[in-house]
Parts: sequence; C-alpha cells; structure tokens
Amino acid sequence: MARRRVQINRTILGAVALGVVVCLTLGTLIAVAMRAEGAGRLGPADWAAIRFTLWQAAASATLSILLAIPVARALARRSFPGRSVLITLLGAPFILPVIVAILGLIAVFGRTGLISQALGVFGIEPISVYGYHGVILAHVFFNLPLATRLILQGWLAIPSERFRLAASLGMGPSDIARTLERPMLREVVPGAFLVIFLICLTSFAVALALGGGPKATTVELAIYEAFRFDFDLGRAALLALVQFTLGATAALLALRVAIPGDMGTGLDRAVTRWDDTRLLRVQDVTAILLASLFLILPLTMVVLDGLPRLLTLPAEVFSAAARSVMVALLSAAVTLMLSLPIAAFAVRSTSRLVEGIGYLTIAASPLVIGTGLFIIVFPFVKPSDLALPITAVVNAAMSLPFTLRALVPALTAIERDYGKLADGLGMTGMARLRHLWLPRLRRPMGFALGLAAALSMGDLGVIAMFADGSNATLPLQLYRLMTAYRMEDAAAAALLLLALSLALFWVFDKGGRVDADR
Amino acid sequence: MLTVDNMRIALGDFSLAGDFTITPGARVAVLGPSGAGKSTLLAAIAGFQPLDAGQIHWDAKPMPKDPAARPISMVFQDNNLFPHLTVAQNVGLGLRPNLRLSTDDHTRVAQALTHVGLEGMGDRKPAQLSGGQIARVALARVLLRDRPVLLLDEPFGALGPALKAEMLELVHTLLDETGATLLMVSHDPEDARVLCDQVVLVADGAAHAPVATDEMFANPPEVMREYLGASGEGQL
Repeated sequence: MARRRVQINRTILGAVALGVVVCLTLGTLIAVAMRAEGAGRLGPADWAAIRFTLWQAAASATLSILLAIPVARALARRSFPGRSVLITLLGAPFILPVIVAILGLIAVFGRTGLISQALGVFGIEPISVYGYHGVILAHVFFNLPLATRLILQGWLAIPSERFRLAASLGMGPSDIARTLERPMLREVVPGAFLVIFLICLTSFAVALALGGGPKATTVELAIYEAFRFDFDLGRAALLALVQFTLGATAALLALRVAIPGDMGTGLDRAVTRWDDTRLLRVQDVTAILLASLFLILPLTMVVLDGLPRLLTLPAEVFSAAARSVMVALLSAAVTLMLSLPIAAFAVRSTSRLVEGIGYLTIAASPLVIGTGLFIIVFPFVKPSDLALPITAVVNAAMSLPFTLRALVPALTAIERDYGKLADGLGMTGMARLRHLWLPRLRRPMGFALGLAAALSMGDLGVIAMFADGSNATLPLQLYRLMTAYRMEDAAAAALLLLALSLALFWVFDKGGRVDADR
Repeated sequence: MLTVDNMRIALGDFSLAGDFTITPGARVAVLGPSGAGKSTLLAAIAGFQPLDAGQIHWDAKPMPKDPAARPISMVFQDNNLFPHLTVAQNVGLGLRPNLRLSTDDHTRVAQALTHVGLEGMGDRKPAQLSGGQIARVALARVLLRDRPVLLLDEPFGALGPALKAEMLELVHTLLDETGATLLMVSHDPEDARVLCDQVVLVADGAAHAPVATDEMFANPPEVMREYLGASGEGQL
C-alpha cells in the first residue's frame, strides 16, 4: 500500500509539473493563436524578418563550426599549461549574460573600440558593430565555444588505439584526416550545426542590442517591436506563431539527427599523435591564440571599462540588481520544483515522452511564451505588476532542458544503485526524498540550481516586454543605459551583472560539492 | 513456510521456472552456473522481479507486492549501505525508514552494532569502513529488521577467504539466535557445506526443489557435476 501511495504521489507531482510546462509552452501558444491575425497580414517587413532570422542563424552556425574545427583539432592534440582553464572558459559563455558580452564586443569591435582605434592609426575608417554582421559576430562569440566543445568531444572520442594504429601504418596528417577525422566530423557536425542554429533562431537580446532596422530584424525582435512600439497584439501574436513554427521545425529536424551531449566530461586529456610537423604546430598555436583572444578580450574590456564607475553607479542600477537577484533565486527555486518531479517521473516511467515534454521549451521562445502570458493576464491585471514573477517562471521553463539533462541521469543512477535497497527497507515518499534523493543529488542539483539562477540573472527577454519604468531587472537597466549612450555606467553595470551571475552559479555549484559524500 | 508455486519468469531469451517449498528455519544454499538465474530467484522472492506466472506464498498467504512489506531482509552483492548516511543511520533504517528514531531506537541500534562487533562505530561513514565491516553493518540492520526470511545475494563475494569465513560464522550465530530461514546465493560450493543444510540448484532454466546438502554432494545430479567440474568431483 505504502508503495502504491508513493507511486501515485510521484506520478501526480510529475504530471502537475509537466502540466505547468505544457501550459507555459503550448497553452500560451493557444492564447497566441486565438489572438493572431490571418497569415495574409504578414507584410514585406515580416517576410524580411523571417528571411533574416533563418539566414543569420544559418550563417552564425556555419561560421561557428568552421572556426571551431581548427580550434577543437588544436585542443585535441596539444597539451599545454592553461589548457584545462581554456576548456573551462569555453563553457563559460553559457552562463554569461548576453548583454554583458555584447557590451564587451562593442568595446572591441565598435566604432570607438580597440580595432577601430587601431585602424585609425593607419587612417582607416572605424568599423561598426551594429547591423547584421554585429548579430552574427555576437552569435559566433557565444557559439564558437559551444561548437568547439562539441567537436572536441568527437575528437577525443576517437579511440587512442586508432591513432597508434595510424602511426604504426605510417599515416601522415592528411591520411589521418581522411580515415579518422573527417568521418568523425561527418557525424558530429550536423548535430552541432542544428543545436547552434536553434539557439540563434531564438536569440533575442543580441538582435535587440545590435540588430534592428529593415536589414537586421529577427522575428523575435519584430514581436517585441509590434508589442512595445505599436502595441499591435494581433500582429505580435501572428509573428509569435511564425516564430514557434520555425523553432518547432528546427527542433523536429534536430530530433532526427543525433545531438551531441555537452556535459564536459573527460575533456582534460589530449590525444598523443605521431604525425606532428612544424606547419601543424604553427596552425594549432595560431588557432588557440586567436580563439582565446576572441573570447577573452571582450570580457577583459568589460572588466577594465566597468571598474572605475562600479562604486558610483546610480541607485537605480543597484535596486535593479537586487530585483534581478530575487528573480534569479525565485527562478532557481521554480526550476527545482519543476525539474525534480519531472525527473522522478521520467525515471519511473519507461516512456521517453515525459522527458520529451520537459525538453519542449527548447523549441519554445521566451518571447512567444511572454506574448501568450501577456494576452492571458492583460484583461485581469496590469502586466507590468507581474513582470518579475512571470520573468522568473519563464526563465525557469527555459532552464528546464539543461537541469533535466543533469538530474535525470543522476537520479537514474541513484535508483539503479540504491532503489532496491530503499524499496526493501520501505523508504518511500518523504523518507526516500530526504534520506536518499536529496543527499545523493546534491552535486547535480547544485549545478542545476546554479545554472538556472545564472541564466535567469542574465536574461533579457520576457522582462523587456513586461517591465515598465520602475521594475527593470539589471540586464534591462543595462540595456537602457546603453540606449541612452551612458556607456561608462553601462560598462560598470555590465561588470556588476557579470560578477553577480558568476557568483550565483559559483555559490550553488559549490554548495552542491561541499562535503558531498561520494 | 516459503512456497514457490509454479513460478515462471521470462526475460527475453532467459527463462526461469520453479515449484518448491522451503521449510521454516531451513538454511538453503542457492547454487548453479553463472547466468542460470540464482539472483533472479532471490529477486523474485524479495519482490523486485515480477513473475510472469505462478505465485510466491509465505505461510500459505500470497506475498504482498511491496518488497518492504514482505517478511524478508535482503543483503545485496554491493550497495548495501547509503554512503551519505552514518553507520548508525544505515542500521536505523531497519527500524524506521524515515529515520525518526526514538531514544529507545538509538539504544537498539547501538546494541545491534555491538552485537556484530562494531561497538562505537555508529558515527562513521561507510567510506571509512573495510569490506568486512560494511558487511557487518548490513547484518546489524538485518538483525533490527527482524524478518523471518533472510536473503543473501553473494554478499561476501568480494571478501578474502578468512574474512568470508568470519562473516559466514557471524551469519550462523545470527540465524541460531533468530531462527530465520536463509536463502544464500553463492558461487562457492564450500559456503553451502559450511552454513547450509539444503541446496537449491538453479540450472537449465529451472530452480530445483531443495535437496539435503550432504546428499547433493554425495550424489550430485549431472548439471551439478558439470558445474562443480573436475576439481569439485575430486573433493567428493
């Protein structure tokens, strides 16, 4: 009896959590669809936005992967001091607030940035970072590291015996590329491409800050503009439908391709190779140096530009920071309340459907969810009153795929190793949660909470739709400083945001590790 | 009395059938070639392996579905202790699965630990224990669970010969005190001779009815002879 009660509890809690996710994604979509105007109302500007969205996503993904291949190859076959730091750094953009990176990119590639100044010495016109190339540059900045990690995993997955065999057969670099490396790339690259394509498809903050205008407006930005500037809910809803269709199509495609996982395990060893030449060495050193510069320089600029004004920031920045921390903590809590029951349900049920629904938010866009929620709450309350809780919940939903990826395998392992023992002892319900799951899930839970908090801390999406003058989060406040050309304050706010995001991640992740019994 | 009534289990190519009874207080060794289904038999009795046909009874009543509600304590090959709980907590789970232990419970836990030779080790974590000590903690919990049937699924397989003999001796003492029925999977026929008065042979897709240990070794059936091999035969 006790066991049945627990199963029902677990099923009910899991079903409720899944229900929340389905309501947030598909439920808001229904609200959007009911409000949307006929497809005939898609004007030329909207079609331009659709074309640009697809084109920039394809270009960003292609470029990220083309650049990542030499970097991954170099990292795969070289061991040097700082290699593991660099690989850790490649994981950092994931929790880096988009708006902070954009500020750093402007400091390097903008009109008054480092490169323009250097060009000025030779009397060359400064370059601009605004427009389609800025959007792609920022997307490559974020996704080159991801692509590198995914491809590096492919490289390190080639058994070292094969490289030994190749060496004993006297194969040179080009033979090895043909027989070992290109087949691996053919397997890894399509999945990596689709992941990055999907990310760029739903990226909003980059387009908001660097894009715009007829040539560089994405569908997400168009939703925001229809919403914010024209207050044309019908058109926003129509565009939201378009965005969802794009995302769902790409996600369905992605399901057919093996998506490489990126849990960052086992990247800390280099492959020993016997086909080294001077040319290869120069190639690898160049690739690693350029990639490191490209990643480190913008962040260094954020720190250098931000430091002087950090303590004299206007009060509204600090109050925005406080709001952001609150939203991030709330979002982390909601993430846990959603992902733990879903993970428990997924482990018990044999069907992959449960997990699949958890991943639904990959295809959903926060702006689409936001539009739907706005349509739903608008008749009843002032949407800006709910800006912060809604942001926290939507952020939590967006973190779900990542937290599930950490929690489901961990919980599966716990149940595999200790499930029978706990069953035999009658540890059910709260006893199982308190004395088995929570203590053994500390590490993945700390990681998941840190991830959720950091992602929420840096998010500039739904909040931009809902907030009014008084309840901005730090990323939104930072964006407002940028658009008001208060670049020094913006740089300091960016440094604050960066520090807070990393600190939130660190605190939770560390909390999960401290005195965790293996 | 433990009754395995027309049991049938099918898992892909693998199948296991059984139809026999075990008398209360019997000490039964479950022997047989690896992969024959010794552990599956124990899992079925413990409630972890659903049956495709048949039933398992205890005292003429069908076993409850919930493993914890069965009259059974089980010690597995490994993972018998939760590494994040102390020794005392691991033992205390045998009294209260939610670990809300009363003063009296704590006393009983301490007594059980003393009984298995681990006096004063209650505050340690399993990582600080040796393999033999870990097995002792699991047996201390069995003591507190106080169930009429004890299932041992090769729990001492990883211990050296001397330690294993020590643990078998301890099991022997505990059984004398509690009068529990024992089913023990082992791949070492010697264990059967030391501890068990009966043998259930699991081979060729069937768990055979128990046979007295002396008889089994004096006059082994064909499969048993194959399993024991030349060296085994030499000992007979």
